[in-house]
Amino acid sequence: MPSITYISPNGTSTTLDARVGDSVMEVAVKHGVDGIVAECGGACSCATCHVYVDAAFQETVGGPGELEDDMLDGAASERLSNSRLSCQIKMRDEFDGLTVHVAPEQL
Amino acid sequence: MDDILIIGAGQAGMQVAVSLREHGFTGPITLAGSERATPYQRPPLSKAYLSGEADLESLELRAQSFYDDRLIAVRCDDAVVSVAFEGGDGVAVTASGSRIPFAQLALTPGSEPRRVSIPGCDLAGVLYLRDLADADELKARWGAAGRVVVIGGGFIGLEVAAAARKAGKTVTVLEAADRLIARAVSPITSEFFRQAHARRGIDVRVSVQVTGILGTGDIVTGVELADGEVVPADIVLVGIGVIPRSALAEQLGLKLVGGAIVVDEFARTSDPRVVAAGDAVLMPHPLGRPGQVRLESVQNAVDQAKVAAATLMGAPEAYRAVPWFWSDQADLKLQIAGLSTGFDQTVVRGDPDDDHFSVLYYAEGKLIAIDTVNDASDYMVVRRALGRGATIPPELASDTSVSLKSLLVPAAA
Ligand SMILES: Cc1cc2nc3c(=O)[nH]c(=O)nc-3n(C[C@H](O)[C@H](O)[C@H](O)COP(=O)(O)OP(=O)(O)OC[C@H]3O[C@@H](n4cnc5c(N)ncnc54)[C@H](O)[C@@H]3O)c2cc1C
Ligand code: FES
Repeated sequence: MPSITYISPNGTSTTLDARVGDSVMEVAVKHGVDGIVAECGGACSCATCHVYVDAAFQETVGGPGELEDDMLDGAASERLSNSRLSCQIKMRDEFDGLTVHVAPEQL
Repeated sequence: MDDILIIGAGQAGMQVAVSLREHGFTGPITLAGSERATPYQRPPLSKAYLSGEADLESLELRAQSFYDDRLIAVRCDDAVVSVAFEGGDGVAVTASGSRIPFAQLALTPGSEPRRVSIPGCDLAGVLYLRDLADADELKARWGAAGRVVVIGGGFIGLEVAAAARKAGKTVTVLEAADRLIARAVSPITSEFFRQAHARRGIDVRVSVQVTGILGTGDIVTGVELADGEVVPADIVLVGIGVIPRSALAEQLGLKLVGGAIVVDEFARTSDPRVVAAGDAVLMPHPLGRPGQVRLESVQNAVDQAKVAAATLMGAPEAYRAVPWFWSDQADLKLQIAGLSTGFDQTVVRGDPDDDHFSVLYYAEGKLIAIDTVNDASDYMVVRRALGRGATIPPELASDTSVSLKSLLVPAAA
């Protein structure tokens, strides 16, 4: 099982195991990681699951798709080059150890 | 005793429980549900779950450990059959005979599909889609079914139709009204979906009357129309709207209108000890326009549940969230922000023939809602604008060479 580490805006870190195919959002929400709101449950329709992908994984994980790209423009926190909607990142074995920084504002 | 009971372990019920703990409530919370699974997401049932891209575990809203850690007692598979206040305290009785005492109550029972009552409606293969059990039955018949007939051209019907077409099936949609999704969108958006689904190979018929369902033995074989035509079918999926579940509210003597539980802007029912949220509820328009609304959406279930939890905590906050919704139909993503009811003007932005456009809705010159197809930027701009009371001049909105964002006019101070 690949693991994911979530770093919250106040610096706390939480590491969880994910099933391959689960989204980075799902794993966080099911276990109550603070700051990932995910109002739409992963339908790419709320932009409240915004994370910044750690530099070490940016290339492996890649950038947003077209719809996600548009949604990110409307996200509450500043959009950076490593911004992603975590519901659109589906876990793969290669992502083991993935670290994401949860965006400070989601709503 | 400060026990809080939440009846209905779905989208809204789960949120009431979570929000109570976030507000610092430390008393006992019971979340009572009639389904076998802990609260899960319904939207994928007509989308990713049907196509096999999502499994049950991925639908669960929270892990069991989440509820355990927060001391939220989730009681599945045991419907509440009666509820009453005896003296000061309340007590609910479940199908298995358990008694659950409570001081305050949240009703989040959701809604159930409206049934057809025509000859043949009980045949095997005539299906509805509300819960996991329905979805599993649909999935069990899905593989072998070459021909799918959908009765009702609303969101769920069209989503299933699109998924069936994508899976290579012969698909017919039968809608009684003269256009699709008539309750939620303008004629422009309706007509777009009619043409777009037709282009993808679905036989979409509007203004058509279904008179009966035919079968061989007890298995469905077709749908009969008023003109005598029979449309062959291996599965008939009926999606003609929902009815709020109100049996328990009735037992409590709560005020109902059209079967929906009436609440105020604080999610309070006519009994101050009882709040209600979600699909079963009729409430004042959240953005202060005239009239009452009943919304069937994840957004409403979640936002109204938060309001209900605040009220239970004695710290009421009025419901002021901008309604929003999405529907995924094959490669078409419809996103809606605001409520278009009562519009007197529409502006189309972009070209529907490109599967990429928006319809902005106005009332007395003020922006009240938007439908977008495959255009998340416009959707997000309008959603945020509505939240701040901003508008976009209708005479400028159709110009796609400028971004909607640059046209925003802030709320008058
Ligand atoms: C197939 C499908 C697709 C959808 N797609 C979308 C979409 O794309 N976007 C969107 O925004 N919305 C969508 N929705 C709507 C959305 O899922 C609902 O609006 C939302 O689930 C409503 O939440 P709720 O808590 O009011 O009701 P529910 O989620 O239905 O929960 C109510 C629960 O209460 C239980 N219950 C009822 N009575 C009792 C009792 N007496 N005792 C114990 N338990 C009881 C029910 O069994 C149910 O589990 C879809 C719905 C369906 C069915
Ligand atoms: S959960 Fe809504 S966009 Fe990711």
